[in-house]
Amino acid sequence: MATREPGDHAAFAEKFNRDEARVNWHDETLWTVRKRRDLRAGQLPEWEALRSKASMIKDHTLSNLHDYWVQFEKNAIANGARVHWAADATEHNIIVHDILKTNGVAKMVKSKSMLTEECHLNEYLQDNGIDVVDSDLGERILQLADERPTHIVMPSIHIKKEEIGELFHQHLGTPKGMSDPQFLTETARHHLRDVFLTRSAALTGVNFAIAETGEFVVCTNEGNADMGAHLADVHIASVGIEKIIPQRKHLGVFLRLLARSATGQFITTYSSHFSVPRKGKEIHIVIVDNGRSRQLAREDFRNALKCIKCGACMNTCPVYRRSGGYSYNYTISGPIGSILAPNLDMADHKDLPFASTLCGSCTNVCPVKIDIHQQLYKWRQVIVAEGHAENKKKLAMKAMSGILSSPSLFKMAAKGFSWVSGILPVAVKNKFNAWYHQREMPEVKKETFTAWYKRNHKE
Amino acid sequence: MSSRDHMLGLMAKNQPALLPLEETKLEVISYKDPVRQFAETLTAIGGKAIMVKDFSEIKMRIREEFDTTKRIVTTIPEFSDLAEMFSASVLPHSFENTELTLLHTDFAVAENGAVWITEDIMGQRILPFICQHLAVIVYADNILPTMQEAYERIASRRYGFGSFIAGPSKTADIEQALVLGAHGPRTMTVFTLNV
Repeated sequence: MATREPGDHAAFAEKFNRDEARVNWHDETLWTVRKRRDLRAGQLPEWEALRSKASMIKDHTLSNLHDYWVQFEKNAIANGARVHWAADATEHNIIVHDILKTNGVAKMVKSKSMLTEECHLNEYLQDNGIDVVDSDLGERILQLADERPTHIVMPSIHIKKEEIGELFHQHLGTPKGMSDPQFLTETARHHLRDVFLTRSAALTGVNFAIAETGEFVVCTNEGNADMGAHLADVHIASVGIEKIIPQRKHLGVFLRLLARSATGQFITTYSSHFSVPRKGKEIHIVIVDNGRSRQLAREDFRNALKCIKCGACMNTCPVYRRSGGYSYNYTISGPIGSILAPNLDMADHKDLPFASTLCGSCTNVCPVKIDIHQQLYKWRQVIVAEGHAENKKKLAMKAMSGILSSPSLFKMAAKGFSWVSGILPVAVKNKFNAWYHQREMPEVKKETFTAWYKRNHKE
Repeated sequence: MSSRDHMLGLMAKNQPALLPLEETKLEVISYKDPVRQFAETLTAIGGKAIMVKDFSEIKMRIREEFDTTKRIVTTIPEFSDLAEMFSASVLPHSFENTELTLLHTDFAVAENGAVWITEDIMGQRILPFICQHLAVIVYADNILPTMQEAYERIASRRYGFGSFIAGPSKTADIEQALVLGAHGPRTMTVFTLNV
């Protein structure tokens, strides 16, 4: 599914909202994860100090990115790894394919990497005759379903177990109607063990690259990155330029925040530090820009590069929880996706910064203190200023800005609104008012606030 | 221009003015009894913590807890009567039928139930991952409170590969239902030696 479907966030959300029971289930499942994050955060008295420290380290790192990558490269090469540089997705895919060709590899196992999703690596390799199997259970499910992840940490959060049972029945030969998670996971364990044992190349993502040592850290719960990498002759690690941290000891900050923020775990089951290749084997590190340095130049938006991809902003977002990951129509969904996507293509992703209530919950849970909701707000201004806003949104905003900048117009409009919507609810609750779709309008008071205030505060 | 020079050039050009890296040390949580905290955390994440006084008690408990007719692999010579000593020269794939891997750890972490294992005490990197069950031995006075102390302990030590392992391999990718035993071990037991 490399091609993007036509439509904007509101249209996709409307589609998702047709199945109310599923929306409620999606909403509640993610809220449970958010609550687990709160529980873990509350157990550490230093939680806020940890967030500040992580934010400070990332701010510093972004201001010294050039030197840190030079340092990383030098140390990684000294460790025996091979380092490649990819300016964009196409170059990344060509490099990976070349490494596989050189080693005569036709089948590769892959663990979770949102970067390779961003680069559409699987499609590229498959078009070039390479067989790729995703080994993270959620991603394997999506691969069988021919779908994309809807969440960066829990990729198949939108799929019901009965649907997974049916997929496994079709592809892995489980009995029809079997949907017990324990049974399905056991089936996947056997199926993927055969894959691990027969692949001579493994690709993983990278959670943290450490400039000081040239090592990189990969975090999983399933152990799939380790099963792949330690059995393969060739380990390829793809890393975006935002994933670097200066020193090894900084892991003592980030690994405390990552899993607690992501899933409410204390730490992922495995936090594996790769430094030197096994004797006679190869580690290839592919460093990828793909628009990130452009974001680095944008003062208002560079903070988004501090992201450690925990997904906490998605789990807490009232829009994401009720509109689903596909409504964002981008590799990374939710609030963080909405501030990353316009950097790549503003016109194409112009709807995303508007897919938010600006409630600020994302900013409050972000472990590296990215000002997510403020960036969403700023993207809106940029998108309108550069002429990418839709006409109905432009008209509404122009009208509102006129009304809001004139006190007398505002008074008139406020009276008018309460009169119109009170007497004629249909004037507000109709299909021409885009805001009303999938929303309940509040009951409108007969009196304006100004009138109420005057009545109750007589001097 | 090579992509390397192009990318590094863009970074140098687009990065903001240098911001400081403050070195202040965080004041972190302390536990009255880190050994007990470790046991509680490990239990909470699906692992098993067993207090023992010596190696012979560990052997007794292994015979009770695991199927010793199946393949047990270790890197600790003292256990060669119970387990097969690992070989560095065989293919990692050959450990596929390992029922239990038994390893030492340098230290464990109370706040998250993790043990730190480097390649030199792992034997082969695949060993703690490919087995059906994993057992690890830690000395009680090597249980540290948090990851901050953990990285102070690791400091600038060199290793080819090292991993924090916290509990059995797990997944919740099917409707957030927690299942232990995804691709790696189905159980993790930590023997804490109180000497």
